[in-house]
Amino acid sequence: MMPSRIAGFVKRMQLGKRAVIAFPLVWLTLFFLLPFALVLKISLSESAIAIPPYGPLMEYADQTLHVFLNLGNYLFLLSDSLYVAAYWGSIKTAFISTTVCLLIGYPMAYAMAQAPGRWQLILLLLVMLPSWTSFLIRIYAWMGILSNSGLINNLLIGVGLIESPLRMMNTQFAVVIGIVYAYLPFMVLPLYAHLTRLDNALLEAASDLGSRKFNTFLKVTLPLSMGGIMAGSMLVFIPAVGEFVIPELLGGPNTLMIGKVLWEEFFLNRDWPVASALAMVMLLLLLIPIVWFHRYQSRELEE
Amino acid sequence: MSRVRRRPSFTTVMLVVGLLFLYLPMVVLVVYSFNASRLVTVWAGFSTQWYAELFRDRQILSAVWTSLKIAFFSASMAVCLGTVAAFVMTRYGNFRGKTALSSMVTAPLVMPEVITGLSLLLLFVQMAQLIGWPADRGMATIWIAHTTFCSAYVAVVVAARLREVDRSIEEAAMDLGSPPVKTFFFVTLPVITPALAAGWLLAFTLSLDDLVIASFVSGPGANTLPMVVFSSVRMGVSPTINALATLIILAVSLATLLAWYLMRRGEAKRQMLLQQTDSA
Repeated sequence: MMPSRIAGFVKRMQLGKRAVIAFPLVWLTLFFLLPFALVLKISLSESAIAIPPYGPLMEYADQTLHVFLNLGNYLFLLSDSLYVAAYWGSIKTAFISTTVCLLIGYPMAYAMAQAPGRWQLILLLLVMLPSWTSFLIRIYAWMGILSNSGLINNLLIGVGLIESPLRMMNTQFAVVIGIVYAYLPFMVLPLYAHLTRLDNALLEAASDLGSRKFNTFLKVTLPLSMGGIMAGSMLVFIPAVGEFVIPELLGGPNTLMIGKVLWEEFFLNRDWPVASALAMVMLLLLLIPIVWFHRYQSRELEE
Repeated sequence: MSRVRRRPSFTTVMLVVGLLFLYLPMVVLVVYSFNASRLVTVWAGFSTQWYAELFRDRQILSAVWTSLKIAFFSASMAVCLGTVAAFVMTRYGNFRGKTALSSMVTAPLVMPEVITGLSLLLLFVQMAQLIGWPADRGMATIWIAHTTFCSAYVAVVVAARLREVDRSIEEAAMDLGSPPVKTFFFVTLPVITPALAAGWLLAFTLSLDDLVIASFVSGPGANTLPMVVFSSVRMGVSPTINALATLIILAVSLATLLAWYLMRRGEAKRQMLLQQTDSA
């Protein structure tokens, strides 16, 4: 009697546990994983003038199943230099922006971690606050600052340093500024999290053993904060590659980026298959960085 | 007696420069929202006319309302989904599908928005063909999209808290015969409430802020605030948008100030309790 009741109880527990696991698993599979399969599917179909604007992948006629796998969209991406240039432009811009973010963000996070305890929370909130206000509006702010009749040019002309306005809007420079500005908090945060966990005893030990400050930084602090550097860099680099708003508002015809090309392919040309192929190739390029980030993050998530 | 002033270190200087870099553009927005001139770059005296114009703009006002509704429901659902995901990840040990779940929880954090938006739109189109729903894309589809990507952020915030919580209280409750569901609601949930609140607020701001995903999955029926702002900003700088920006910055700053005050008070209370128990 008793054992079977316990067995029943354990069974109910197992069932309940499975139900709890199923809730996020099913939701995310349906609304996150499955959609990628559809992108793959549509990237292999032919563009058509229909609603929705793509042809079927399979057709059943005359007792035969016809499967159409159209690789044309991918070949098209390779043949048109515009797309290759856009991928390259995205990766280059994202790389430059990530590096600048790291160079500004690391000393900031270091100073925050070294600050007295009661200051740390305030500094943390100060760094985070901009990212809670509107992203769009923060990019928009730079339009007024960088434009030919904008704040910087007015100031420089007013002081007499330059005669005619510097062209800063619609350049690569503006796009990099925009990305650095928008993503800097995401670089600082994981760096700060790592640097506060740093054991001060290690630094003292290094200094007691006669290590110079810079040497200690290179040999102790830097290696121990590597996880934060990786996480911060991925948090900036990966979204920056697919960025649409920043190149659209601050960039120009010379700053080709893949997110913007995809958007235009989808909304202006209404070519869903080519847009899907663009997304698949972007995903493939980002696969290694995403896996890297996931490794780091799951370690954080599961201890 | 000579006063030795320590030279500020390189990192402190960088911190100040970094914070100036983060805040100056926002200060510029706020200052120019009170400019009388339509030209945003020329100062022509103090005026609040752009605020009046903002409150007369029906399109913006209705978009604000739409965005607030979507953000509220997305954040609430994301907290449920994200909390369960975080709980499962931190408390259930190893189970089948754990790797899949943890990948799907962290990937949305970095996934480029254009990919997420496009893939979800294709899903909704396919679903409409297969099961007839959603016939019209709009608030419901944006809600699903926002819930999905916001729940990842909630899961990270809540998981961090769940890892800190002393598990022995939960184990004690279970040992005393409390069923798992009851233990979760009466023991675990109260200790992680601050994290739930933080996660909800984060999800709320993320949903309120999203342009790209909403543009993909929305139909003609629903225009969110970022969509309206974007179509206006594309045309160039406009003082009404500056006024809107100022109000958003004000609201976020007040909320942050309140959060800071509550956190500090909580900390002070804890210190006091510690002192009392020490002296007793």
